[in-house]
Amino acid sequence: MADDFRPDPDALLAAIQKVEDSKTRGRLKVFLGMAAGVGKTYAMLDAARLRKSEGIDVVVGYVESHRRAETEALLNGLEVIPRRKLEYRGTFLEEMDTDAVLARKPQLVLVDELAHTNAPGSRQAKRYLDVIELLEAGIDVWTTVNVQHFESRADTVQQITGVRVQETLPDSVLDLANEIELIDLSPDDLRKRLTEGKVYTSERIETAANNFFRVGNLTALREMALRLTAERVDHQLQDYMAIKQIAGPWKSGERLMVAVSPSPFSEKLIRWTRRMAYNLEASWLAVYVETGEVTAPPAKDQLLHNLALARSLGAEVITVTGHEVSGALLRLAYQRNVTQIVMGKPQHSPLQTLLRGGSLVDRMIRASGDIDVYVVTGDETHSTPKRQFLLPQARLHSSLRDYLLAAGIVTLVTTFDLFLVSSLPWLGYQAVGLTELLAVLLIAIYIGRGPALVAAMISAISWNFLFIEPRYTFIISQVQDVILFLLYFIIAIVAGNLTARLRIQEQLARYTAERTLALYTLAHETATAVNMDDVLRTAVDQIHRIFQVDVAVLLLSGGKLSDDAHLSSTIQLDDKERSVARWVFEHGKPAGRFTDTLPLASAQFFPLLTPNRTVGVIGIRYRRNERLSPDDAALLETFVNQIALVIERELLDEAAQQSAMMRESERLYTTLLNSISHELRTPIASIKGAASGLSTSQSDGDRTALVQDIHSAADRLNRLVENLLDMSRLESGRLQIKRDWCDIGEIIGVAVKNFDSCAADHGIDIHIQPDLPLIQVDFVLIEQVLVNLLENACRYSLPGKPIRVSAQLEAHRVSVTVEDRGPGIPSDKLDAIFDKFYRVPGTPTGGTGLGLSISRGLVEAHGGTLTAENGEQGGARFIVQLPLNGAPPPVKEAAL
Amino acid sequence: MTDDGLQVLVIDDEVQIRRFLRISLAGGGYQTHEAETGEVGLLKAAQLRPDMIILDMGLPDMDGLDVLRRLREWTKTPIIILSVRDRDQDKVTALDAGADDYLTKPFSTDELMARIRVALRHAAPSEENQIFKTEDLQVDLTRRLVTVKGEPVKLTPTEYALLRLLIQHAGKVLTHRQILREVWGREYESETHYLRVYFAQLRQKIESDPTRPSIILTESGIGYRLRLD
Repeated sequence: MADDFRPDPDALLAAIQKVEDSKTRGRLKVFLGMAAGVGKTYAMLDAARLRKSEGIDVVVGYVESHRRAETEALLNGLEVIPRRKLEYRGTFLEEMDTDAVLARKPQLVLVDELAHTNAPGSRQAKRYLDVIELLEAGIDVWTTVNVQHFESRADTVQQITGVRVQETLPDSVLDLANEIELIDLSPDDLRKRLTEGKVYTSERIETAANNFFRVGNLTALREMALRLTAERVDHQLQDYMAIKQIAGPWKSGERLMVAVSPSPFSEKLIRWTRRMAYNLEASWLAVYVETGEVTAPPAKDQLLHNLALARSLGAEVITVTGHEVSGALLRLAYQRNVTQIVMGKPQHSPLQTLLRGGSLVDRMIRASGDIDVYVVTGDETHSTPKRQFLLPQARLHSSLRDYLLAAGIVTLVTTFDLFLVSSLPWLGYQAVGLTELLAVLLIAIYIGRGPALVAAMISAISWNFLFIEPRYTFIISQVQDVILFLLYFIIAIVAGNLTARLRIQEQLARYTAERTLALYTLAHETATAVNMDDVLRTAVDQIHRIFQVDVAVLLLSGGKLSDDAHLSSTIQLDDKERSVARWVFEHGKPAGRFTDTLPLASAQFFPLLTPNRTVGVIGIRYRRNERLSPDDAALLETFVNQIALVIERELLDEAAQQSAMMRESERLYTTLLNSISHELRTPIASIKGAASGLSTSQSDGDRTALVQDIHSAADRLNRLVENLLDMSRLESGRLQIKRDWCDIGEIIGVAVKNFDSCAADHGIDIHIQPDLPLIQVDFVLIEQVLVNLLENACRYSLPGKPIRVSAQLEAHRVSVTVEDRGPGIPSDKLDAIFDKFYRVPGTPTGGTGLGLSISRGLVEAHGGTLTAENGEQGGARFIVQLPLNGAPPPVKEAAL
Repeated sequence: MTDDGLQVLVIDDEVQIRRFLRISLAGGGYQTHEAETGEVGLLKAAQLRPDMIILDMGLPDMDGLDVLRRLREWTKTPIIILSVRDRDQDKVTALDAGADDYLTKPFSTDELMARIRVALRHAAPSEENQIFKTEDLQVDLTRRLVTVKGEPVKLTPTEYALLRLLIQHAGKVLTHRQILREVWGREYESETHYLRVYFAQLRQKIESDPTRPSIILTESGIGYRLRLD
């Protein structure tokens, strides 16, 4: 039973998230009023003075005193950040200097009039965006706002007061507020203040009192403000209960969906849905169905505006493609577990509705099953914009040229028919009609619907005039000819229409397929690309090609955004654009062209966001300076997200590789220290000991022995250092191979020369196959390999047992063998001996554990192999195989 | 061999190396002057006119190679280069630029003294020794006669030219480039494989054990040297 009271983990997480967020973010306090003049600014300043007296660092970011004396008096003694002056079309406008406030970094800043729209040229389009920026910088903000400015209330306010509210702000801003203080005043008191001139200057008092400030209006606005505050309190209570795990009215589990169209009426639907979602505590989706019947530019802007509004009100905005709206909506609704769908009342005439096979609403209601459908009244003053066919990239907009072409074709066919009829008199006018019909259909397929309709019209008339008896009149004598003519006309129009629609659908399908292919290509290429450069090149290429835009990619490098665009970019950025990119990177939000932030920039910038961080910024410069369609914008977003994920994956890969390398080098470092410290200290100890012995010893014999000790210890030390140097050169890849034609016998001779004393002890037998070809190797490095192998052999070979060095020609390679007659290598260690610092247990000291490892590295650098095996007579055998790379050019006798 | 008061200038920034050289050279009867930097070295070389210069390639103020080139602009004094093993190319460049010999650090006193002697001998204008002898090999340069253990050996003109060149510079290292230029001519400077082929042939004819040459020594990565007893 206890389960029934278990709080929803999501709600709990969200509530805790809110608390966590507010710890790093500054706190927002909103002084909310029902109308101008209630005393919000006064209350804010008054409270601020109190805070200042408590020692809090308070500054005024922007306060409009409206020349009210009492407000101005309160401003005295508070630090005011000077405003930024902007010139716009000859007038100077003043705005809050957000950068100055950020630089000043007070504990608390006062910012009046949250709903204010900034002057063009400001970084942020709206003041509340400045406020969010301040909050994100950890500065507390106090602000004032009137209830009519909230998006979700704008409609209601307009209905009540008849005034269209121009400056609005999303309701979600209020969700950011940690505290809301309602500044309440009775309507009568407010009107009294108005008449006393405390709200407006005298000339405006009368108009204001008679219009906006009517008692009825004020009462309604007051109710709205009180209700808004009450809703907030209610939410705070629920958050509190969620955190404290008090069982209570948990979220309803409802999900709303609103269908958005390119109509201004959609705005109202969106606001209505937001209010309902808020009251139901439900999440909501705003959906636009792209049918291919995209609207003309003004309506397109309206659509984008509607979608942006929905987004700003907290909706999840989704664009789906489908020819049939109701089907697409319902599919999505079932997919996303929507419980309620909000739609507008149909505005088509009954005839249109009949033609369309029932209204959208009827179809929805019939097919919606257990989903509730709300039908909301539209505003009759707005009519749906005239629809016309238009598809991106598809040539659906017929030009005058197309019409003329269509007319031309009809004329041509008609002339041809005239010729036919005159030369073949038995040919009836019916056949002529069919040739004309064919022309109309072809025009519909290849030119477009409009020209086809025109062609249908012209051809019908000319057919009547030129061919139907009596000819050369518009009169039709026979009844069946009248019917024939009418049928021709209808068939031409319907067929033309159908053909054109088929063509549109085909183009839509091709368009969708192209997009799907593009996404598939991107996903595929990015999954298979070897490195980040390839990934980016593919992605940029795709974006460039599909959207016809220029692209610049800036990546995260060394913790900050790189200044230089990535190589794959198709444009370079100037300083101004770079600063926009930096802003986007720091804030993780899009900015630039067609956004609210820095809209005057020439390009639009998107952050490359991953769940953990921003990995870069992508800049898009639109060639025609036109917004993308919602469908394209969504696709672009998908691209950007995909790119971000791939970059993150690459960066993580790099980081993982690096940490693996770190671990490996850590391990090596430890081994190195253990091994080397012993190997280094032993000869140093001998040198030090011998040196002090020298300073005290008197006997000549002792002194000679001590000097000999110093010599051999120094040699041993030198060998170790050289081994270490060789190793580090090999490992760092700095090793340069200077290939030269060499005589392998000569190299063996030089190597063996270093082992005179060993040769004396054991004997070194050298067997070189006569007439070995020269091989292209680095003489010094191969000598080094042989020296290491010989050193090994000398160390392990038993006294008196010879070491054998041989060289012979094998297929395509020369093989050199160094064989000792020592104890051999345990067969399970034949490969391990080539590992760094590996020593077969129980072997004599003196080696570094590096020689074999270095030798193998050097041989492999030559494209050869170094392997070990045990000889038939016991003892280890090392085999170096070096490839033969052709033959040297012939030698010449010197011309003496 | 050790003429009294022969002057050696040591240009090296390492104080220990200079001390060890001073002591060793004093033991060999030479008088030592020291310079810590290339600039001072150039100055002292001009003032003191030493009989021999020992020059370290790694100097703090300038490249040892530049010091060498500036010295060679006006003096033929024998110069021995000190260098570390991993700079083979530097040694070749220095030898080609006119250094007489090189020593790889670390090196022993014996080695140093032997090299100094060779360098000084080549610098001193001595009467040309017409008969060269080492181990079983005897070469009569006037009669162009080569014998091993008293038996005449037939050399091709090129082989003989190589041997004669080495004998003329006996004990001194000659770079591949120098040998190729002398024997084949300037345009053959980089045909190192000529040397591999001809020296292998030459060794077959004059060395007692061609797999372990003891007369013509290979200087790995640099060139060849004729051993001097």
